[in-house]
Amino acid sequence: MQQLVTLLVFAPLVGAIIAGLFGRRIGNIASQSVTTGLLLLACGLSWYTFGQWTWGHMEPFTVAVAPFITIGDFQSAWSIRIDGLSAVMLVVVTTVSALVHLYSWGYMSEDDSRPRFFAYLSLFTFAMLALVTAADFMQLFFGWEGVGLASYLLIGFWFKKPTANAASIKAFVVNRVGDFGFALGIMTVFWAFGTIQFAELFPLIAAGAGKTWSFIGQDWPLIDLACVLLFIGAMGKSAQFFLHTWLPDAMEGPTPVSALIHAATMVTAGVYMVCLLSPMFEYAPVAKQIVTLVGAVTALFAATVGLAQNDIKRVIAYSTCSQLGYMFFAAGVGAYEAAMFHLFTHAFFKALLFLGAGSVIHGMHHEQDMRRMGALWKYLPFTYAVMTIGTIAITGVGIPGVGGFAGFYSKDTIIEAAFAASEHNGFALFAFVIGIFAAGLTAFYSWRLAFMTFHGTAKWGADAHHADDHGHDAHAAPAAHDDHAQDAHHDDHGHGHDHKPHESPLVMLIPLAVLAVGAIAAGFVFVEFFVGHHENEFWRGAIFSAADNHVLHEAHNVPTWVKWAPLVVSTLGLLVAVWVYLLNEGMGARLAARRGPLWTFLYNKWFFDELYEATFVRAARFLGDVFWKVGDQKIIDGMGPDGVAAVSRAVGKRTGQLQTGYVYHYAFVMLLGVAGLLSYALYQWSR
Amino acid sequence: MTGILSLITFLPLAGVAAILLLKVLGQSGERADGAARWIALVTTLATFALSILLTMRFDTANPGFQFVEEIPWFAGLSYRMGVDGISVLFVLLTAFLLPICVVASWKSVDKRVQEYMIAFLVLETLVIGVFCALDLILFYLFFEAGLVPMFLIIGIWGGKNRVYAAYKFFLYTLLGSVLMLAAVLAMIGVAGTSSIPELMQYKFADWLQPWLWVAFFASFAVKMPMWPVHTWLPDAHVEAPTAGSVILAGILLKMGGYGFMRFSLPMFPDASTMFAPLVFALSAIAIVYTSLVAFRQTDIKKLIAYSSVAHMGFVTMGIFSGNVQGEQGAIFQMLSHGVISGALFLCVGVVYDRMHTREIAFYGGLVNRMPWYAAVFMLFTMGNVGLPGTSGFVGEILTLTGVYKASTWTALVASTGVILSAVYALSLYRRVVFGEMTNPALAQISDLDRREVLIFAPLIVSTLYLGFQPDVVFNITGASVEALVGAWRAAVAG
Repeated sequence: MQQLVTLLVFAPLVGAIIAGLFGRRIGNIASQSVTTGLLLLACGLSWYTFGQWTWGHMEPFTVAVAPFITIGDFQSAWSIRIDGLSAVMLVVVTTVSALVHLYSWGYMSEDDSRPRFFAYLSLFTFAMLALVTAADFMQLFFGWEGVGLASYLLIGFWFKKPTANAASIKAFVVNRVGDFGFALGIMTVFWAFGTIQFAELFPLIAAGAGKTWSFIGQDWPLIDLACVLLFIGAMGKSAQFFLHTWLPDAMEGPTPVSALIHAATMVTAGVYMVCLLSPMFEYAPVAKQIVTLVGAVTALFAATVGLAQNDIKRVIAYSTCSQLGYMFFAAGVGAYEAAMFHLFTHAFFKALLFLGAGSVIHGMHHEQDMRRMGALWKYLPFTYAVMTIGTIAITGVGIPGVGGFAGFYSKDTIIEAAFAASEHNGFALFAFVIGIFAAGLTAFYSWRLAFMTFHGTAKWGADAHHADDHGHDAHAAPAAHDDHAQDAHHDDHGHGHDHKPHESPLVMLIPLAVLAVGAIAAGFVFVEFFVGHHENEFWRGAIFSAADNHVLHEAHNVPTWVKWAPLVVSTLGLLVAVWVYLLNEGMGARLAARRGPLWTFLYNKWFFDELYEATFVRAARFLGDVFWKVGDQKIIDGMGPDGVAAVSRAVGKRTGQLQTGYVYHYAFVMLLGVAGLLSYALYQWSR
Repeated sequence: MTGILSLITFLPLAGVAAILLLKVLGQSGERADGAARWIALVTTLATFALSILLTMRFDTANPGFQFVEEIPWFAGLSYRMGVDGISVLFVLLTAFLLPICVVASWKSVDKRVQEYMIAFLVLETLVIGVFCALDLILFYLFFEAGLVPMFLIIGIWGGKNRVYAAYKFFLYTLLGSVLMLAAVLAMIGVAGTSSIPELMQYKFADWLQPWLWVAFFASFAVKMPMWPVHTWLPDAHVEAPTAGSVILAGILLKMGGYGFMRFSLPMFPDASTMFAPLVFALSAIAIVYTSLVAFRQTDIKKLIAYSSVAHMGFVTMGIFSGNVQGEQGAIFQMLSHGVISGALFLCVGVVYDRMHTREIAFYGGLVNRMPWYAAVFMLFTMGNVGLPGTSGFVGEILTLTGVYKASTWTALVASTGVILSAVYALSLYRRVVFGEMTNPALAQISDLDRREVLIFAPLIVSTLYLGFQPDVVFNITGASVEALVGAWRAAVAG
């Protein structure tokens, strides 16, 4: 087993190195085959490991690969930790990654730097595997920033697009803001507990409960402080409120990347981290409330913004952001199992939605604006079918007590858990209300996407009118892609689409089919393991719940109206969407054209980008200029060397040739001076 | 193995003698220049081989000085050499970077080649001498004399404003030198010995320690450089030839950090404790201030120079953190920065050799014609940003961890450096490498040639190897750092 998981983790790295360094030599097909083949191998091994864990009663274990940093108590090693949490993540990561590799054979077939693309994808997968199998904070941080690097490289994959370059830097920098908190959290843990290894740390936590810790001149509850700092890292990686701005922009990357990194895997790392650190969070009541609040606010915020976006990928991006909020408030109320379950099901249906959107974009010749789509169900029937499955899954359709699609099981568990926890956690009731409300919004924007894209009248023909309001972001994407693909299909672009939309090739449809199966079945197959009767045997200690945490149990016994509420609300959302986008087509556009204050606020994403631009970005530029031109040049140099020079020039006029300006003369004089002083000193001592 | 330190230190002078012999024989022109290059390369490679041998024979369990040589000189002074865990890797770093500098200058330097190579070889002797000297006077001689060849390298082979830059460099350094010399003489007068190991045992009076500390601090702070005495560095870098920048950033800056660890901490422990908050404040300011200034630069080299100052801020705060993590992190950060900043200056050199400008705005879209260059530059940019997996990460996280124990405020402010470094480094990379290639002057620019690949290969390997296996460093430095921290704690407690 040890060799198998080692092979599993390193297989993608091998693929990345081969395709990255020798891609040009071995060619496109060889690079694609190597990376995809190794990913399929890793995926098979992951499912085997997961099977052994779930049904084979395998014990948790850790493979020691190599030492990393050993300084006193600060000890970290490269290792592979296998337990319930990492087994779930292995499956999620390698499955989506393998499917995305396969899908990219079709989606990227016109791109002339495919080896680089596949190398990045595999590199990402390796970093993500390192993250989920870490046994200490240093390797976790390595994986954490490693996936950040891969994300940066992939968002900026089309490096000629200025928008892609800007988006990639934004993603890296905003993540770094999170990592700033993360790093301080690690330091706090280290100095408070004397270890950064999870296995050594967790048993010590209980003794630390109730202790205070001095940080920046204040005394704080130790574990709350550590958890909040670490959670800042999770907020960055998982695009939570305040640190979410990078995720929608990350859609500049190729769509398979959005599916893999910015939907199914990397952005869930924050949720994974909170669940992994449940032994700490269980002793941090304040931190749990903050997690609940941030998660709930994000769930609501992103869902509202998603209502008004026109770019198909951005709608799904905000949807991701919102669903991550659900996962966080689940963890915040203590239902870590439910958070992990939603992470698991969400990976299937969100990857499905993104890859489906990619299929639409591919079929529409790189059009992303939903206002220029419509009636596509005739032309992309398969894509239409699987996207509908994905939409049903994300809106959580299902009948309590009977069954439903994947999202039904996980999302409803979260909402029920929030209700059940409201006695212990001040923000749980708030999260519950938002969870219900956002479920309605989710249904509305998800069906809105489906209707605008696949139903109604076709708005993409040669005679199609152009919507008056071209969103700036939607406009940039196809234009910039022209620059990128300067090959044969160049003339397909621009505004006169002569070609009809077409269904995608088989290599793209197979991954969609697999994910559709997951979106249907991942819920009812695994519900008993993740959050149901076999929950204890399944996790086997990987998730810790304090003695008084019965949230998951209580969630099963909530009043009936709580169980039915999500279904009612999402049906309402569906009906409104039907009314606005099917029965009264054009009503949405008319509403938008009026530019009401609410619409403007939502369309501009609550003006976060403008706010950050006006504060942080401008402040950095301003301070940089002041420090440079005033601090360095006027004050330091003016009083220092330049001032001395001016004085010496004035003196030099009188003393004539002494000031020659040649450095060797200074050097010579300096040496003479030193020699003189030394000789004098030596003379003194030797007497 | 006795004598190996002297051999390593003075071997480069043999190369100098050989080049001088050529000159005496009246050789000049292309062939003599070529010979000078080869002599320099062979000499520096031989020195590097010897320092690898030195590192391999180094006893990692022994915290004290090893390979000690002692020859009485006159007037109670001795020629004393020796290395411990703190200094031995700096010898290795110096010997590692010098051959790279020689190869990097192979084509770009075409005037006064013989003198240029002599300057570098002399510089190597003096810098290695700094790290090996165990006598205060001997140290001082190496330390100050080392400036002269650097000075000449900037002043003769530098850019347009080389005189101003060299002048500034000189003026700052002079300030430090004079104060330090006074302190050196006072120490010898009081303690009655110039032996560094003996001075490390000597307890200077409480009233005297702060004075001596400040005098040494003046010199080392300029060398590092610390804020606010850093403004000479960007100018010096901009004017220096590429290899000069590599040595300046890679090795000369480290003499300051080494000085703090060799003198300030063990000899003036009480004063070090007293002044630690000052160092923390200056370090934190340096990190934030110079990172922001770097962000606004329009000259590639200046940007990297300012980022060097920020990275040295991590070193100084680590040194004064007073715990093993901080000290180890500081040493590691110095070694790592030696490799990464050297490599970044070489990256600038690659495009400067082709286009003769360092203006960021001139470039853009280089990846279209220089994919390998783009990959190499990306790796070192990530090293500069401190991405885990590169050596840049290890030093940063350890110095931050170290200083957190001493001052959480410093850790908080300094940690913003990890955000700011991403801002300036990635925006530089974007403006130079990514985007469309719009400047027609760049249309024929060529990717890395074999010689350049040869230069970068060892630096790439070191950056990644140290990033994944930093323990190879900590195993060597461990015993001496433990002893240093232990002695400091004991002195302050006692």
